[in-house]
Amino acid sequence: MSYHRITLKVNGSLEVVDISGNMTLLQMLREKLALTGTKNGCASGECGACTVLMNGDAVNSCMVLAAECDGAEIITVEGLAKNGEMDVVQKTLVDLGAVQCGFCTPGVLISARALLNRNPHPTEFEIRDALSGNLCRCTGYNRIVEAVKVAAEIEGQEGA
Amino acid sequence: MHNPHPGLPELDYVKPASLEEASRFLVEHAGEARPFLGGTDCIVRIRDGAWTAKYMVDVKGLEGMKDLSFDPQKGLTIGAAVPMNKVAADPAVQQHYPGLVEACHWVASYQLRSRATIVGNICNASPAGDTIGASILYGGVLRVFGPQGFREVPLDGFFKGPGKTTLQPGDIAASISFPLSHPQHACRYLKLGRNKLGDLAIVGVTVMAVPARTPSGYHFGIVLASVAPVPLRAAAAEAILESKEIDEAVIAEAAQAAMDGCKPINDTRGGAAYRKQMVRNLTRNGLMDVWTKVRK
Repeated sequence: MSYHRITLKVNGSLEVVDISGNMTLLQMLREKLALTGTKNGCASGECGACTVLMNGDAVNSCMVLAAECDGAEIITVEGLAKNGEMDVVQKTLVDLGAVQCGFCTPGVLISARALLNRNPHPTEFEIRDALSGNLCRCTGYNRIVEAVKVAAEIEGQEGA
Repeated sequence: MHNPHPGLPELDYVKPASLEEASRFLVEHAGEARPFLGGTDCIVRIRDGAWTAKYMVDVKGLEGMKDLSFDPQKGLTIGAAVPMNKVAADPAVQQHYPGLVEACHWVASYQLRSRATIVGNICNASPAGDTIGASILYGGVLRVFGPQGFREVPLDGFFKGPGKTTLQPGDIAASISFPLSHPQHACRYLKLGRNKLGDLAIVGVTVMAVPARTPSGYHFGIVLASVAPVPLRAAAAEAILESKEIDEAVIAEAAQAAMDGCKPINDTRGGAAYRKQMVRNLTRNGLMDVWTKVRK
């Protein structure tokens, strides 16, 4: 099996990681970099628990080979907070009680962040559509959708 | 029940520096090497053991693979490694190939579409491939690099069975090109899944109407997904629409012909009888949609 040394940016810091050819980005984050916020749910691109930002785009990290990430910039849920201050989507999910068991939450947060980055004023349909790849078995989704809506409003006011 | 496990079997990740090198490697390791783009199909299938691969040959970085270009005279070219989200967000694609945008939107989830590609969807040749119908109806032609260099491969006759195409070891689909679309065309992709978003198609119907010299003034194209071993052109239905003036009764007759012309299977997503009826209903709805739209 092939082995690779890759250099990438994870949550703003430069990392040099030795990986095998069959390692996924998800495995590398959890097992090599101890970033266990990113969850392994289905490992087949269905549930979205492993969602991270790769060069700004939301991707399922279980479906990306680590070897492909040489030179990439990855943001995980651990990288959302800035200077100890939670991201607005983190705050609103907490404030509106949009978290129950929490397993899907890291992926939901990343998908929500990615949505607001590309579309600061999403409609409810656009929010549901953007989160359709993040399965949640606890909340029934309504509070999550509400929290993302409020996050967009808050960010809109801050930006104004 | 399949037990999801994160580990891929042992394999080598290979990143060739040129199409020639990639093609040569794929020939030398025929049967054990796969070209890979977004990986959304092959990673799952390799992990599940449905496909074996000793080598994953990453062709995304090769020349032209990430380019998307539109020329008002020549049409659209989409590099094989351009993810569906980028295609769907492109203003020129939105204006000239709206059916392609709609088809992309129905593929799985946003995260998946950050990686999934149209060329990958075509080359994996799933009968359920959402973007294949629109690619066929817009006249897509693949540009394939093989051991003898580049060649153009139209989609007509390209599909040979589930997962099977005319591509040979050493062939790498580098891009797909579409001629300029007619400004007055209309195209719809109607998909029935087990839920509204994200599922594989139980039935998918792509329909298109383009102004032409026929009794109705339009030429119609219909491609059905998930009802045959390959994406299925509803030829009998198209022939009816080609020869008659269009009204609701003729559309219903064509939809019935589409239903009669397909032989779907029973599987976990739906039964054959149900699929057939849904082909009729979705074909009728799709034809009504495009017929209404082109006459506006």
